[in-house]
Amino acid sequence: MALTIEVNGKTREVQADAETPLLYALRNDLGLVGTRYGCGLAQCGACTVIIDGQPVQSCDVPLSSVVGKKITTVEALGSDASLHPLQKAFIAEQAAQCGYCASGILMAAKALLDSNNNPSDAEIRKALERNLCRCGTHSRILRAIKNAAKEMRGA
Amino acid sequence: MAQANSTVPARKLPGSLETNRRLERWLSINADGTVTLITGKVEIGQGILTALIQMTAEELDIDVSRIRLRAASTAFSPDEGITSGSRSIQESGLALRHAAAEARDLLLARAAQKLGVTLESLTVKDGVISVRGGGSVTYWELATPDLLAREASFDVTSKLPQEHVVVGTSLERVDIPNKVTGKPSFVQDMQLPGTLHGRICRPPGPGATLKAIDLKEVRQMPGVVAVVRDGSFLGVVAEREEQAIRAERRMARIAQWTPGPELPANDPRHLLTLQAEAETEVISTKGNPDNEPETAGAKQLSAEYTKPYIAHASLAPSCAIAHWEDGKVKIWTHSQGIYPLRGDMAQALGLPEQDIIITHAEGAGCYGHNAADDVTLDAVLLARAVPGKPVRVQWMREDEFGWEPFSSPMVMHMSASLDDQGNIINWGHELWSHAHSTRPGGKGGVNLLAAWHLEKPLPAAKPGNPPLPGGGSHRNAVPLYDFPNQKVTNHLIRRSPLRASALRALGGFANAFAIECFMDELAGAAGVDPVEFRLRHLKDARAKAVIEKVAQMAGWKANEQGDGERGRGIGFARYKNLAAYIAVIAEVQVGEEVRVTKLWGAVDVGQAINPDGVLNQIEGGMIQSASMALKERIDFDKVGVTTRNWDDYPILSFVEVPEIEVALINRPEAPPVGAGEGTQGPVAAAIGNAIHNALGARLRDMPFTRDRIVAALSA
Repeated sequence: MALTIEVNGKTREVQADAETPLLYALRNDLGLVGTRYGCGLAQCGACTVIIDGQPVQSCDVPLSSVVGKKITTVEALGSDASLHPLQKAFIAEQAAQCGYCASGILMAAKALLDSNNNPSDAEIRKALERNLCRCGTHSRILRAIKNAAKEMRGA
Repeated sequence: MAQANSTVPARKLPGSLETNRRLERWLSINADGTVTLITGKVEIGQGILTALIQMTAEELDIDVSRIRLRAASTAFSPDEGITSGSRSIQESGLALRHAAAEARDLLLARAAQKLGVTLESLTVKDGVISVRGGGSVTYWELATPDLLAREASFDVTSKLPQEHVVVGTSLERVDIPNKVTGKPSFVQDMQLPGTLHGRICRPPGPGATLKAIDLKEVRQMPGVVAVVRDGSFLGVVAEREEQAIRAERRMARIAQWTPGPELPANDPRHLLTLQAEAETEVISTKGNPDNEPETAGAKQLSAEYTKPYIAHASLAPSCAIAHWEDGKVKIWTHSQGIYPLRGDMAQALGLPEQDIIITHAEGAGCYGHNAADDVTLDAVLLARAVPGKPVRVQWMREDEFGWEPFSSPMVMHMSASLDDQGNIINWGHELWSHAHSTRPGGKGGVNLLAAWHLEKPLPAAKPGNPPLPGGGSHRNAVPLYDFPNQKVTNHLIRRSPLRASALRALGGFANAFAIECFMDELAGAAGVDPVEFRLRHLKDARAKAVIEKVAQMAGWKANEQGDGERGRGIGFARYKNLAAYIAVIAEVQVGEEVRVTKLWGAVDVGQAINPDGVLNQIEGGMIQSASMALKERIDFDKVGVTTRNWDDYPILSFVEVPEIEVALINRPEAPPVGAGEGTQGPVAAAIGNAIHNALGARLRDMPFTRDRIVAALSA
């Protein structure tokens, strides 16, 4: 069946069953491969996107439930010409090893900073509680998010 | 250019150049002002490609932006075996350094001839060769395809460390911009036209066989293109990914299996019951360990340490793409060793190697032999059913936890004697372990999971255990400390109830953990501060330097005591006894759980090619080792692995990760060595020692769970 969803400000039609997890529609139908599969159980956060301002694990959300909602993926976080402060900070801090977790963490961090532009270290950690990083890049990621928040505040 | 003197026998070229001597296998100088770098090593999240770019640009005197990387492929790459053991800088880096230096020499010789000047009058800047007093020519004008069509020469001089301008700087990783902007970066992201999706339905456990399944209803499911059954190998190909997943779930519900042999209890000490099949070898003796001299006031200690099966647990389950055409197959994989994989694949398929083209594409962080190779054969077997169509097989999370090769359980029996001065006069270390390498490329069999499940199964190769000095199960078992009498014994039990293979540091993780915890037990018995105790038993100046450095960073106070909740401890090792020196201090806070609040590290990797890259690897290794020591264990019952997802296998989270502070002792004059694996044992030991410092209770079994703390406190 055809489902219409709004992704990164554009209306897109997807031919798939209503219960198809959003993740597969993003990756395989819309070519937005920056959102990644890690567990399919909403346990690791690699597939985190923002839906109506909230960070959501797209592997565990059926397409039918996101019709009419605003979905933002990592591809719309910034552009190559104008990176989002979080992306700039991740590069400046070299906050990746394999980088597989990066998209989901960036989106969880964006959702946090959009609602709290001056989070404490504990608040950042809490916001990333559902995002796993296996390479152990946590300290750099935490530092990058802190620096991005600072830049966004114009501090 | 001086040629190798043929009267000097057995001269060796640096690194992998020795076995891949043609220069054009490594580099190409292009007319468009670029240089193509070809390596047989692969990016596994460690930043190796950036470091190799630096080493190459340095010798060629070109800007790093001119270098183009080609993904490693059996179609053209040098065969560098497996990307493992923190050997890529030594093997690929030193080969490229030499090849690039020779390419520069060849270009300069051409320039001198063309310009009619002497070599001494030439200088190079970013590929422009200038003559003192006027005149210039570029690499891009001089390079012709025949330039590097030759074997490497022996007498090539690369730059001295003090001449380096690119090496030793923290060049930003070349792959990070794409990864933070969501661009296709991984094999998982490859989208070939017409790609179909595959999933595998695995048995309930090792050795189980498929008794019956009615595939008719699976074939009728929406989107299903092919169902493949070959013996106990069972998979499905569908048009859409979610359709393949649904079909696989249906198969899992209706398949009937005959269980394999019963698995033993999940206790590392099971190894001790297998002594009859152990290959026992004394790997180090000093003095007279079995009959030490009588010493007044001598104290004797002994202790048993263990480590369970643990998982690589890469964030992305393994994935591969295969595409058959005209009886040949093209493969994209995140395998660490495309050539060894090709060899096993050829055996499994009964195809000549040249009909199998394997190209590397990145996967998620890789810490050893995970399921990358296995999923590749899965994809090849499913794609064979739909020739002309690429098939992408993505393992599910439960496949990865259920079937990746694990790190072997280990048991270490430690014993020592102290004289009345508090010096160790005799040291004993006996270890029991399964083999640590069952990668493809083994002898006499095929090390790929699906091959064992086929109607005509191919046997696995005999499990391998890399030899000393690097070692496998016995890696880091010989202490770096100077003891007058010592004996180290390796009991290798090759066969493992669950498949075991290489994970970060192999046996070095558990051996260094046991040595360093036991050193603290001995320091306690001797009444000597643990830092001082280590220093007095060491002669190696670089070893002492990292220990002194980390103690200074952490503000270590002699004989500092924990307070019943908070405590600190130290751990040290030289990786493989021949590579990176690493000392770690851990601070813990023990409440309901053990919380590691801070880790300090001091590291000496010789010449640091990319200092920030080294720090990133070390920081990551420290956090991962802390996670393994505190939390990680694979669970299984009589039938198979019961660990299936992240709830079953928690790793350290953002809320729990410690603060990290690492100092690099850079030694540009010393050969560069890898940084990926050396932290494992020192971190686990530092945490174990910190817990003891905090509570007075000694945890000798990893992981350091709440139950074990309670048990240790009531013991």
